[in-house]
Amino acid sequence: MTTRTALFLAIVVFSGTGGEICATRAMKSIGEVKGFAPHVVFSALGRAFRVGWMWLGIALMALSFYSFLALLSWSPVSFVIPASALSYAVGALGAKFLLGERVNGLRWVGVLLVCLGVALAWAG
Amino acid sequence: MFSRDALRGVGCRGRGSVGRPDWASPLILGMKRLKRKTHLLVVLMVFFSSAGDILLSKGMKQVGSVSVASPASLVQAFLHTIVNGTIWLGIGSFLMFFVCYMLVLSWADYSYVMPASAIGYAIVPLLGYALLGEAVSSTRWAGVGFICLGVMLVGRTPPRTTEPE
Repeated sequence: MTTRTALFLAIVVFSGTGGEICATRAMKSIGEVKGFAPHVVFSALGRAFRVGWMWLGIALMALSFYSFLALLSWSPVSFVIPASALSYAVGALGAKFLLGERVNGLRWVGVLLVCLGVALAWAG
Repeated sequence: MFSRDALRGVGCRGRGSVGRPDWASPLILGMKRLKRKTHLLVVLMVFFSSAGDILLSKGMKQVGSVSVASPASLVQAFLHTIVNGTIWLGIGSFLMFFVCYMLVLSWADYSYVMPASAIGYAIVPLLGYALLGEAVSSTRWAGVGFICLGVMLVGRTPPRTTEPE
């Protein structure tokens, strides 16, 4: 793996999970959305987009997406998707240390199995 | 939020069942309701994300191969793209995916939703095999098995482990 590939892979994984964690923080700050009626959903999203974390999250997710596309331009998809499955483990770590979620042993085993499964499903 | 595990072993006598205090029933009902709506939103996320992939892929095939030889050909490809209905349906599907994702994150753990939504990676090869008769390699079957097992284990944990803000 070249330095450029490793760098872009790191951006895809860390920027993508970082963006989702920021968006989660924004959504948690507006509270549980109760009901799926269009006016309830739009009002909740309107409040979420007034939180700075949401915009930081979207910027990081966009950076991850464009890095992913760039990575695909020189690396095969059968490498890029299995390698980016690392996001599941990084995301669980981020959720534990940045969002204060209680990730118990069962959830860790599940996350690691999903990581391995996504990597195998694409590598195969 | 109290997890079901936390409620286990509480030794007070209650009206409904032996070993469960009176205040536990609404909490368990609340957890069940939370789990049910989390699962519904995860299913919708997987559906809209897969539909978006398929629609965008189909739309781009209708547009044809994009030439990057000159700015004029790029502009022409862009114009063909924005008048294509299938692409707009794909974009709509991704927007719906994003809305469902954000809604579910307003109450559920990120470390619960993220691995649970990976079930889409298992469903696509399964559907390809069952409906289209596509060949699936043994490595891919192993991957599908690991994903299903992983999602099942994550699904056995409480969807929310933090206090609502």
